[in-house]
Amino acid sequence: MAAPILELAGVHSAYGRIEALKGISLSVKQGEIVTIIGANGAGKSTTLMTICGIVPATAGEVRYDGAIISGLNPDLLPPRGLCQVPEGRRIFPRLTVEENLNMGAFFRKDQDQIARDMEYAFTLFPVLRERRRQHGGTLSGGEQQMLAIARALMSKPRLLLLDEPSLGLAPLIVKRIFEIVHKINQQDGVTILLVEQNANLALQLATRGYVMETGKIVLEDSSANLLKNPEIRKAYLGE
Amino acid sequence: MTRGSRKIWLYYGLGMAWFLALLWPLLGIREDGLAFAQTFEVWLKVAMGVAACLGLWQANQNGYLDFAAKPLGRAKSAASRAAGRVPVGIWLALLGAFALSYPLWNGRYGQDVAISVLVYICLGLGLNIVVGLCGLLDLGYIAFYGVGAYTYALLSVNFGISFWLCLPVAALLAAAAGCIIGYPTLRMRGDYLAIVTLGFGEIVRIILNNWMDLTNGPNGILGIKAPAVWVPSFAAGLSFETFYLKSLDTLYYVILGITVLTIVAVHRLNFSRVGRAWEAIREDETAAELMGVNTFLLKLLAYAMGAVFGGLAGAFFAARMRFVSPESFTFIESAMVLAMVVLGGMGSIPGVVLGALALVALPEVFREFELYRMLAFGGAMTLMMLFRPKGLWPAKRFGQRSEESE
Repeated sequence: MAAPILELAGVHSAYGRIEALKGISLSVKQGEIVTIIGANGAGKSTTLMTICGIVPATAGEVRYDGAIISGLNPDLLPPRGLCQVPEGRRIFPRLTVEENLNMGAFFRKDQDQIARDMEYAFTLFPVLRERRRQHGGTLSGGEQQMLAIARALMSKPRLLLLDEPSLGLAPLIVKRIFEIVHKINQQDGVTILLVEQNANLALQLATRGYVMETGKIVLEDSSANLLKNPEIRKAYLGE
Repeated sequence: MTRGSRKIWLYYGLGMAWFLALLWPLLGIREDGLAFAQTFEVWLKVAMGVAACLGLWQANQNGYLDFAAKPLGRAKSAASRAAGRVPVGIWLALLGAFALSYPLWNGRYGQDVAISVLVYICLGLGLNIVVGLCGLLDLGYIAFYGVGAYTYALLSVNFGISFWLCLPVAALLAAAAGCIIGYPTLRMRGDYLAIVTLGFGEIVRIILNNWMDLTNGPNGILGIKAPAVWVPSFAAGLSFETFYLKSLDTLYYVILGITVLTIVAVHRLNFSRVGRAWEAIREDETAAELMGVNTFLLKLLAYAMGAVFGGLAGAFFAARMRFVSPESFTFIESAMVLAMVVLGGMGSIPGVVLGALALVALPEVFREFELYRMLAFGGAMTLMMLFRPKGLWPAKRFGQRSEESE
């Protein structure tokens, strides 16, 4: 395990006057899958949005790849290899699947490599190849999630932030998506920070986990330990 | 009669009664008392026309018209297949030939209407960038038209600068105005943005109205020069004479040139990286930002590019009228241009062209109805939106639209 690729130190952020993050510190090492679990409104998605600069950090700092990125414009991050699959998919509904994928490679100019990457995305998600000329909005929920992940992969990320990929999907589809996330991590060496409400699945996939409650991190441990922790089992695993 | 058809005729009766109740106060109340005859005459015509349409529709539904409808339908699909086989180039050539020869077989009136249509096409295409591609609702678009028009008017009257030099200057100043309005409003979305742009449009009009020293206020600016060209003359050796393009047919060719330039430019923008980024911003701004799109810069660019075409059209407007006054840049003009974009199909170039054609030409067609012109116009617009909510010619990029895949 190498040096941390992402580090948050005492990060605060707020929506207007309501503080959503109250001093988050976490780190993700190169090649890891790390998960953040927690209840609704704990600040998991806000953490990802703050890392990407969509919600500005009011205090603390975000370090990515050795450089401070808090305060940078969000559009500067994908070229550095940091990309997010936002909550609720947020694909472009009236663009075709192909156009959606092309948007993922928006900042890139190497057309040949982009074509190869699109081909790779189609091998990861064959259903997208069938639907390549269809509008994003006409896809099913699971297909849209696949499109959102494929779109983010088109930016050739080194660190991928995944926000609730299981949201509103059938268990079978969720399983397939998690398998692909695992594959992306193992084969392509993409580091993954995964936010999930489905704690059981997330902890099985990840190597380490953070537990969030009301804007703070309350627990940090390896996934195996978290899965064994009686409090976690009671609070998040439904026992 | 089936139950379904009885219901239709019941609604027809109710609708016509309601129409009569609306129509009578419009036509029946006069200075010299109340009148009924004219109201009934108009009402009867409309009622009979609608009844005839309904009857035909019902007959078609029940299959009484199959003997005519089936061969017609076959002919129609065959024609559209044949049309699809003809390459786009030939259609463009035909269209070009039509546009080029238009002044030859049309009088002053026809040329005048055509010039208006072309001006509105430029405006519609400019607004289409902002509204159709980037998804920013702009209710004050006509302000850029005004900036363009006054730029040429002032430069021509005060400094005698030629139209062709002023054209890029007008475009540049309009783009600057676009950035000025764009910069503070970019963090707003939807309704709020619409209100702010509405306010901006009014501010520009009121400035034009009240800045007496510069714009001569509501009296407007007179004596603007028409566009000039140098024509070689061989009377005494080779010399160039200045020839002012004052006649309508020459002006028609000037605006035709500007329109073609606009169409080509908007087409190129539409299918470029920038165009796709605009569409992504329209679809989901946050997601676009996460994909590395600099939304701030691109939205500003959308405003500026939209304003450029408004400014070009404005400069031409001033040169053609040779008079400008703030009255030409009221909110209703903004609304008309917006209606063209929506009616034609947001984000679609042929759609906007058709929309401009419909909204400028329809009131001309309805001129015979005189007083009811706007009524007929409003009715036509309502019907179009009911039956073609995506516009006359919806935007169609490479690939299928969602409606088609179902």
